[in-house]
Amino acid sequence: MAEFKKANSVGEWFDQRLGVVNFSKVMMSEYWIPKEINFLWAMGMILAVMFKILLISGIFLLMYYKPDVNMAFDSVNYTIMQEVAYGWLFRHVHAVGASVVFLIIYIHMFTGIYYGSYKKGREMIWISGMLLFMLFSAEGFSGYMLPWGQMSYWAAYVITEIFGGIPLIGDELVVWIRGNFYVADATLTRFFMLHVLLIPLAILGAIVFHFYALRFPHVNNESGEFFDYEEEAEKFKAGNKKGSKVIPFWPVFLSKDVFVMGIFLIFFFYLVFFHYGFAMDPINFDKADGLKTPAHIYPEWYFLWSYEVLRGWFFEIAGISGKDLGLMAFGFANAIFLVLPWLDRSPMVKPANQRPYFKYWFWLMIADLMVLTEFGKLPPTGPNAWVGFGASLTFLVLFIALPFITKAEAKKVGGK
Amino acid sequence: MKEFKILAVIVALVGITYYGIEPYAHSVMHPEVAAADFTFKDVKNVDTTLAGNVENGKALVEANCIACHAIEAAGHPAVMPNADAAASYGVVPPDLSSAGRIYDTNYLANFIFDPVTAMHLEHKYTPDSGKQFPMPSYNWMTPQEIMDVVAYLKSVAPKVSEDKEGHKATFEAACGRCHNMKYAGIEATTPTDNLKNYMGATPPDLSQYIKSRGEHYLHSFINDPQVLLHGTSMPRVGLSEKAQEEVIEYMEEVGDSKKAERESLGLYVMGYMVVFALFAYLWKRKIWEEVH
Repeated sequence: MAEFKKANSVGEWFDQRLGVVNFSKVMMSEYWIPKEINFLWAMGMILAVMFKILLISGIFLLMYYKPDVNMAFDSVNYTIMQEVAYGWLFRHVHAVGASVVFLIIYIHMFTGIYYGSYKKGREMIWISGMLLFMLFSAEGFSGYMLPWGQMSYWAAYVITEIFGGIPLIGDELVVWIRGNFYVADATLTRFFMLHVLLIPLAILGAIVFHFYALRFPHVNNESGEFFDYEEEAEKFKAGNKKGSKVIPFWPVFLSKDVFVMGIFLIFFFYLVFFHYGFAMDPINFDKADGLKTPAHIYPEWYFLWSYEVLRGWFFEIAGISGKDLGLMAFGFANAIFLVLPWLDRSPMVKPANQRPYFKYWFWLMIADLMVLTEFGKLPPTGPNAWVGFGASLTFLVLFIALPFITKAEAKKVGGK
Repeated sequence: MKEFKILAVIVALVGITYYGIEPYAHSVMHPEVAAADFTFKDVKNVDTTLAGNVENGKALVEANCIACHAIEAAGHPAVMPNADAAASYGVVPPDLSSAGRIYDTNYLANFIFDPVTAMHLEHKYTPDSGKQFPMPSYNWMTPQEIMDVVAYLKSVAPKVSEDKEGHKATFEAACGRCHNMKYAGIEATTPTDNLKNYMGATPPDLSQYIKSRGEHYLHSFINDPQVLLHGTSMPRVGLSEKAQEEVIEYMEEVGDSKKAERESLGLYVMGYMVVFALFAYLWKRKIWEEVH
C-alpha cells in the first residue's frame, strides 16, 4: 500500500485517495472540444439533461404506479394525476419529456449526418448513438403501454403483432413476447420491468459508451476540419486562447451548452404546462378495452416514419404479400441507419451543403422522412395509401443509392 | 447570424411536421360537424311563445306525471326504490325537480309532446323493433297545456350555486341516471344490468371524458349525440346551453382537477427558466470573450 502523507486540505485528502485533480482535468478542464461549433453541438448535453429529467420524474411516478391491468389506469389518471401532490407535474414532465427527447435525438442525429460526423474514425460514435436511439425507442414503446389506455393497448397489440411476420418462429415469438396469446396482464408486467429496469440500465451503459467513443476521434466541428488536438491544446494552455482551435469542456463548452439548455427548457416547460396534448393522446384517457378497437390507431409521432414504411406496402408484388413486403422494408429502415458510415463512400467530411451530390441526398431524405411521418398518421385510404407507398419506396431507393451517389462524389472531388 | 439561420430551418421543418401530424391530421380524422343548436329548432310541435299557467300546470303534472316521476322539490318523493323503478321501466325515471332549469324550453315542451323524436331516437324505437320508450307521448295535450306544465316545472326548479356543488347537481340531474363518474364517487342511479339491457351497452364512465373527448367534442356531442356518433342509443337530452356548460365544467373539475394549479405554476416555472437563460447567456458571454 502506498504511503499517505497527512493532507493539508480536504481537496488534497480526496486527491490522495481518488486522484480528483487529474480526473477533473481529463474529464473537464483539459477535455478538448473544437471551438468552431454552433448551438447544434449542445444537443448532446440537452439529451443528457433530458435523460436525467426523465429518470427523476420516472422515479417519482414509480412510487405510485401499479403495474396491474385492473389498477394501472386509475393509478396513473387518478392517484398520480389528482391525489398525489404534484403527481400531475411529474407525469406531464415524464410524458412530454419522452416525446421531446426524440425531437432532440432526431436533431442530434441529423446534425451528425449533415456534418458527416460518422466517418473517418467516428464510426463508433455513430454506432453507439444509433444503439442509444434503439434503446430509447424500446424505452418509449414500453413506457407508452404503462398507463393502460386504449392507445397503450392497441399500439402494444399492433407492434407485438409485427413480430408474427418473422418466418417459422413468428407465431411462437409473439406469444413469447406477450407472455400470453393476447396483450394481457403478463404483457403489462414484463414491459413494466423492461421500462423501469432493464432498458434504463442498458441506456446508462450505452451513454457511457457513447461518451467514451468520443474521446479518441474527438468531436467534429462545423467545417469538418481535421487538426492536431494536442498542438491546439498546448496553444490554449500556453495562454493563446484566441488562436487555439480548441476549447476545454469546462467551462467554455459547457457555458454555451447551459445557455442553449436554458432556452430549450423555456420551450420544454411551455409544452409541459400548456401544450401537452401531442404527447398525451386523448384516446389514451379511455381505459384499455380489448373488445373495442379505436377508429384510428397510430403510434407516437417519433415512430410514424417507420410505421409508414411498414404500412406503405399494401399490395402483393411477385407473389409476396404486402404485409411481408412491409415487414421487410420496416426491418431495412430500422437497421439501415446503423451502417450509414459504410454506405457513405465519399471521403469528404464537410457540411452536406458543401458536398456536390450528398446535399441532394440529405435534403431528399429529410423531406421523405417528413412525408412518411405525416402520412403515418393519416388514415391509409385512397391516395394516402399510394403516397405512403411512394414515400416508403423512396426511402429504400435513397439508401440503396447512397453508396453509388457518394462513390460518384468521391470521384468528382478526387479524394478530398 | 448563422446560428439564427440554422434555428430558422429547424423551426420551419419541425413546424411543418407538427402541423401535419397534429392540427391537420386531427382535422382529417375528426371533421368539423354542424354547430351545436341550443334552440332545438328541428322540433316544433308546440308553440313555445304561449305563456304557461303555473297553477294549471301543477294540476296537470299531479294528474299525469307523478305516477312515475319524483319531484322532490315539490314534495313528491320517488314512487319506488331505484332498483324497482329500473326493473319496471328499464331505466330509473328522472326526478323532475330540475327539469325546468336544465332543459331548453323548446326541447322540454316538444319532449312532452313526443319524447322519441325530441331525443332523436327514432332509429331505436322503430315499429318493428318491438321496443317502446317507457314514457308515452303527451300529444293529446294542447300546446297551451304543455306550456302550463313547462311553466310549472320551471317554477319548482331549485336554483343552484355557481360553483362545483351547483355543477355537480346539474351533472347528476342530466347524466347521473346512466353514467358513472368514478373519480367523483358518482354511481349511475340505474343498476348496471338494467342499463346494459336498456341501452344495448353499458354507458361509459365519464371521469376522464374531459380528456379523452375534450371540451370541443363534448360541446357538440351532448347537444346531439347522433351528429358525431350516428346510431348511438344515447338520447339527445336537450340541455340548455347554460346547463350543458355546467355539465362540462363539472367534468373538468373532476377529470382535470389540477388545471388551475398547472396553469399558475407553469408561468412561474417558465419565468424562472427565462431568468436562468438570461444569466446563462451573460455567463457564456463572459467565458467566450476570452476565446474569441
